[in-house]
Amino acid sequence: MHLENGSTPEHYRAYVGRKIALILGGVVLAVIMFFVSVSVGAVSIPIPDIIATLLGGQGTGLYERIIWNIRIPQALTAVVAGAGFAIAGVAMQSILRNPLASPFTLGLSNAAAFGAAIGILMFGAGTTGSSIADAVVVNNPYLTTICAFLFSMLTTVIILLIAKMRSATPETMVLAGVAISSLFSAGLMAIQYFVDDTKLASIVFWQFGDVSRSSWMELGIITAVVVAAFAYILFKRWDYNAIDAGDETARGLGVNVERTRLFGMIAASVISAVVVAFLGVIGFVGLVCPHMVRRVIGDDHRFLIPGSFVCGAVLLLISDTVARTMIAPHVLPVAVLTAFLGAPVFLYLIIRGRRM
Amino acid sequence: MKEEYPEHEEHHGHHVHEHSHIEGYTHTHEHSHDVPHEHHGNTPGKAILTVEDVDFEYRSDPVLQDITVGVARGEILAILGPNGVGKSTLLKCMNLILKPKAGAILLEEMDLTKMSGTEIARNVGYVAQRNESARMTVFDTVLLGRKPHLGWKVTEKDYEIVDAALRRLGLADMQLRYIDEISGGELQRVCICRAIVQEPSVLLLDEPTSALDLCRQMAILRVIRDVVDHHNVATIMTMHDLNLALRFADRFLFMKDGKIYAACDRSGVTADMIEAVYGIAVDIVMHKGMPMVVPR
Repeated sequence: MHLENGSTPEHYRAYVGRKIALILGGVVLAVIMFFVSVSVGAVSIPIPDIIATLLGGQGTGLYERIIWNIRIPQALTAVVAGAGFAIAGVAMQSILRNPLASPFTLGLSNAAAFGAAIGILMFGAGTTGSSIADAVVVNNPYLTTICAFLFSMLTTVIILLIAKMRSATPETMVLAGVAISSLFSAGLMAIQYFVDDTKLASIVFWQFGDVSRSSWMELGIITAVVVAAFAYILFKRWDYNAIDAGDETARGLGVNVERTRLFGMIAASVISAVVVAFLGVIGFVGLVCPHMVRRVIGDDHRFLIPGSFVCGAVLLLISDTVARTMIAPHVLPVAVLTAFLGAPVFLYLIIRGRRM
Repeated sequence: MKEEYPEHEEHHGHHVHEHSHIEGYTHTHEHSHDVPHEHHGNTPGKAILTVEDVDFEYRSDPVLQDITVGVARGEILAILGPNGVGKSTLLKCMNLILKPKAGAILLEEMDLTKMSGTEIARNVGYVAQRNESARMTVFDTVLLGRKPHLGWKVTEKDYEIVDAALRRLGLADMQLRYIDEISGGELQRVCICRAIVQEPSVLLLDEPTSALDLCRQMAILRVIRDVVDHHNVATIMTMHDLNLALRFADRFLFMKDGKIYAACDRSGVTADMIEAVYGIAVDIVMHKGMPMVVPR
């Protein structure tokens, strides 16, 4: 082959430049929203004081404690959780070739909720106590978290096993996910019907996903998982582009399609399971963000993956900030808001009939 | 190069051993060295891709049996036969998208099964029959063809090769259009372009003209012919339209019931052969020196 007389077209350079600029714009927005999020709340903190505190200057002790112990962990959790859900959604939509695939629609969240309920039921979590939000406490949060994580991963394993039996077509995975999801909702309903009031309250409370649940340690774990999975998924960006072009085309380009699907599903599932286990069910971020980014940036995973990462971070950060302040002094869990936000977008996607 | 190819026709009673000259061909009757098979045929002198005694099964139903064929650089081989005969399956076995149950695929002398998917993709380009579109630009879609050569980053060289290939195929003007907004014929051309930037020595095309109108069929095949002639690649394509195949391909492989019924060059194609394979009586008439298949 002799294809030597080419040069990089200027138009193309400019076009790539625009996409990168959009993503960087998102990063700037995320930083601004971070400061806004840290600033607002029951005690409103002026942004200069935040900067002073961050730089280690002498803020007042009260501000310092609120910033470091409450606001920043919460804002950062919103950032990594939103980003994590969004890239999990991108990976699932691509490898399952289904625009409606997301951690939520595949049943990972329901499984986690069921797992948490089991944890609360079996291990006596949920004794009365006091908490900032309610008179409800999840007494042994780590046990509950571990149960939620295990059930979420169990769902992934079942989906993958079914896919293995019936040669991993995307349809089998999606359908298996939907089936398992409804099974776990049924199980959750049964548990809720039979438990006593305190435990019922704990179970229901757990399901309202909320980024305020995490402290520095949880944040550290979530961040480590999200960053590692992000690196893996970004590394596989050309493989996802190839799979978008069709399974056979991808194989013709040297992509091991089955293995890419398997590892992609595992990476996306681990992110979702970890985030949901620590924070509870937060729907729609994983579904909606990739679609928003697809509209603006397109389906090219070189830009779609980082774009979704940023979009997820910004969206959950904004949602959390609004949820905390919208009906002050009451604080809404962010999951309530994302559910309200997500449904119209979901319907819009269906009506628009946007094919992937 | 020579155009005598292995046939598998003991069960059919047809024997096609044509030794005719077509322009640009010389006959060198050297037996290809190390390739023993029981079909009394010869693999082409400098076959770049050789399929040897390949069997393929789908859920233990035999789909392909005893397929042996080769293709040389600068040559187009058309795989012909009725629907469901295994044409596409054979094509997909040639770059191991499907794994044959028995037999070997050789790229020059290398066994394809010993190569990684990426190594195969650097040598064999494949264009599927159906191509998915996405919100990707023409340029990025073609750039995907560089995947087998890519490290972590796309280099200047990759961009340059894509640019050159886009110009070569007359796609430069639409490089920033999204492929979900272009026509089927244009998408087909983009996909061929993507296979070309893989810089393969063999191109596999699965019905490159299906679902295109006459004008676009001609345009695509001219592009393919042009690429084959100027870049010295070997091309194997499955086709339904016999007249287009006769016009653009150099050699023809007729398949029946998962086996090779006949392999020949243009002048070796007979009406009997087509009747036996497709089950319809035809005449072959010459039109401006080109054989044309006309159903009776």
